[in-house]
Amino acid sequence: MPLTPETLKVNPIDCTGHGVCAELLPELVSLDEWGYPIVDPRPVPPQLDREARRAVAACPALALKLMRK
Amino acid sequence: MTTTVKEPATRQAAALPRLLPAAPEDLRHHLARYGPAPYRGQAGLLIGDIETSGLTGRGGAAFPVYRKLAIVAQARGRKVVVANGAESEPASRKDELLLRAAPNLVLDGLQLAAEATGATEAHLYTHHGATPEILRALAERAAAGLDPVSVTITQAPPRFLAGQESALVNHLGGGPARPTFGPPRVTERGLHGAPTLVQNVETLAHIALIARYGPRWFRAVGTTAEPGSMLATVYSPDGKCRVVEAEIGAPLNTLLSSGPDTRAWLVGGYHGTWLPVPQAAALTLENATLKKYGAAAGAGVLAALPSDRCGLTEAARVVGYLAAESAGQCGPCLNGLPRIAAGLAELAGPGHRRQVRADLERWSGPQNLVEGRGACNHPDGTVRFVRSALLVFAPEISLHARGQCSATNRRPFLPLPDGIPTSEEDWT
Repeated sequence: MPLTPETLKVNPIDCTGHGVCAELLPELVSLDEWGYPIVDPRPVPPQLDREARRAVAACPALALKLMRK
Repeated sequence: MTTTVKEPATRQAAALPRLLPAAPEDLRHHLARYGPAPYRGQAGLLIGDIETSGLTGRGGAAFPVYRKLAIVAQARGRKVVVANGAESEPASRKDELLLRAAPNLVLDGLQLAAEATGATEAHLYTHHGATPEILRALAERAAAGLDPVSVTITQAPPRFLAGQESALVNHLGGGPARPTFGPPRVTERGLHGAPTLVQNVETLAHIALIARYGPRWFRAVGTTAEPGSMLATVYSPDGKCRVVEAEIGAPLNTLLSSGPDTRAWLVGGYHGTWLPVPQAAALTLENATLKKYGAAAGAGVLAALPSDRCGLTEAARVVGYLAAESAGQCGPCLNGLPRIAAGLAELAGPGHRRQVRADLERWSGPQNLVEGRGACNHPDGTVRFVRSALLVFAPEISLHARGQCSATNRRPFLPLPDGIPTSEEDWT
């Protein structure tokens, strides 16, 4: 059975607005005027898979996750 | 010779009220009217009736009740049920009244929910804690040996979000009454990790009646999509407040004044929606129609703002309160709500900077930076309230821009708690 594609999710309680995600993955994450991430709700395209994993690993608050629906 | 067939189900089906007796009822009166709670003898058996009844949660979210029951029933191990009477909405009075007038109906529902889910632990959570009515009801039931599961009473802190499901579970677990971010939901992992069913006290009272009279009886009032009745707290333009049990689908103008004494309606409370009068006068109390106007029945707070008050001023007061009630955990809520409140307060004052309207549009308009970005629905509900206020009170905004206001009465109309607690310990 094929796996459903992964999407980026922010735990808004854990997120403290470091902004590392937007720096590492500007294609899928932008920051609001207060520095909190707005993530693209669409599935992560395969060509950005590595960058997405890097951003997840680099989040200082461990607030960014890759999730299957 | 004729035989009388007992038909309680069909006979009184359409009669309202179903939940609220004319005067508070002790256990003796309760048993005389309803008889003992009809236990099914096994977990799971009641859930089919609840599903057929179409009952949805009466705490505001209108989630199908059977689904939460089924999730907890299917889980293994220790399970918990909670009667949620933490009616945090400052304008709502229905849960408080229900617990005072018909505590035994709520407690029957709690026990039936415990049986249906296989829970061995039951809680009652309210802002008023152990009231004389509740203590008396529990004592009378204990003396009569009625309750299979003992009930623990916990007082909720005086915060708007204290009744939010995950905040409630955190508080019962000894922590602050702040929401957490799911999944998992509390039905999967709740109090001390146990699958936990949290139901509003009115929902439990409906369960107690459906268990007795069946789903057909329940569906005899209401609409096909949204069956049954609901308690509503109704504010008339003279400032008087009453709790009524309304049929779902009832015309709103049978509950609220739509005459020249009324400026606007607030439907669904402080996470609800302002509607213009008389344009909204033909609407009915059901989410299917209210949805088209961006509104929902919520926990049933309905208010008719009198024509001598300023809606903009009222909205700004309420939003100031809602901003102070952010749990302060999520960036968009923590940052957005105080700014929205300040912007609205500026609009409600004499004159405003041009920039404020653009700011409010960005923070609360259709493509805003706040909605859907919190762990709970507090930012979403607040934004809904603000957006509808900006729309319905647009003429008032123009008046205020010119330094005028249409109000002839400056007294606050919508109720807010006296002191807004803001310190850390208020959450526990």
